[in-house]
Amino acid sequence: MSNFDQELDATGLNCPLPILRAKKALATLGGGQVLRVVATDPGSVKDFDAFAKQTGNTLLESRQEGNKYFFLIKKNG
Amino acid sequence: MSEKRLSIITTKGTLDWAYPPFILASTAAALGFQPYIFFTFYGLQLIKKNLDLRVSPLGNPGMPMPMGMHNWFPILGTALPGMEAMMTAMMKSKMKSKGIASVEELRSLCLESGVKMVACQMTVDLFDWNAKQDFIEGIELGGAATYLEAAGGSDITLFI
Repeated sequence: MSNFDQELDATGLNCPLPILRAKKALATLGGGQVLRVVATDPGSVKDFDAFAKQTGNTLLESRQEGNKYFFLIKKNG
Repeated sequence: MSEKRLSIITTKGTLDWAYPPFILASTAAALGFQPYIFFTFYGLQLIKKNLDLRVSPLGNPGMPMPMGMHNWFPILGTALPGMEAMMTAMMKSKMKSKGIASVEELRSLCLESGVKMVACQMTVDLFDWNAKQDFIEGIELGGAATYLEAAGGSDITLFI
């Protein structure tokens, strides 16, 4: 049931590391591929929203489950 | 989408104040901005090859200390030998436990992602530093006009 092509574990990392790691991971993906990020930093919810808007990638999903945050980012282009 | 530009003047050389420029510049690069940092006065400490950045509770009533010490510990006591080293070690271990990157790591991420870094020639001369020997690679030297040229074409400019 994997609806993503790569997963990034950013748990335990604080601002701005989840964003910086996500940027690096996205660089290895092709257009249309999806990166899943798992984070524990509550600030990452707004940050991934802003990141997607600024970079032109699509934030398909932003979800919280307990203390964890899950993001699905589709690389555009 | 045309590339946005961020330019920052960095003037402070303590562990806490090393974070804002490197966090913002590395994140800006990740967002597709073109970041530029101009280091002057004590900010030059942040581009030294061997970083020895510290925090001090002395003269900083806003700095929380362990065990609520900022409420009861005498101000003069914070000037005692070893206090600065102790507070710096505590701050670093607290940062590590919270998953906060080290200054070295953020600085490397900035360099990797193409953040342009310029050292102020006047203050390098003032402190008798040798840019080639003392600073990491990839640092250019420049003056006020150099900064203003970069800032003039920037969407965001910050003084830190």
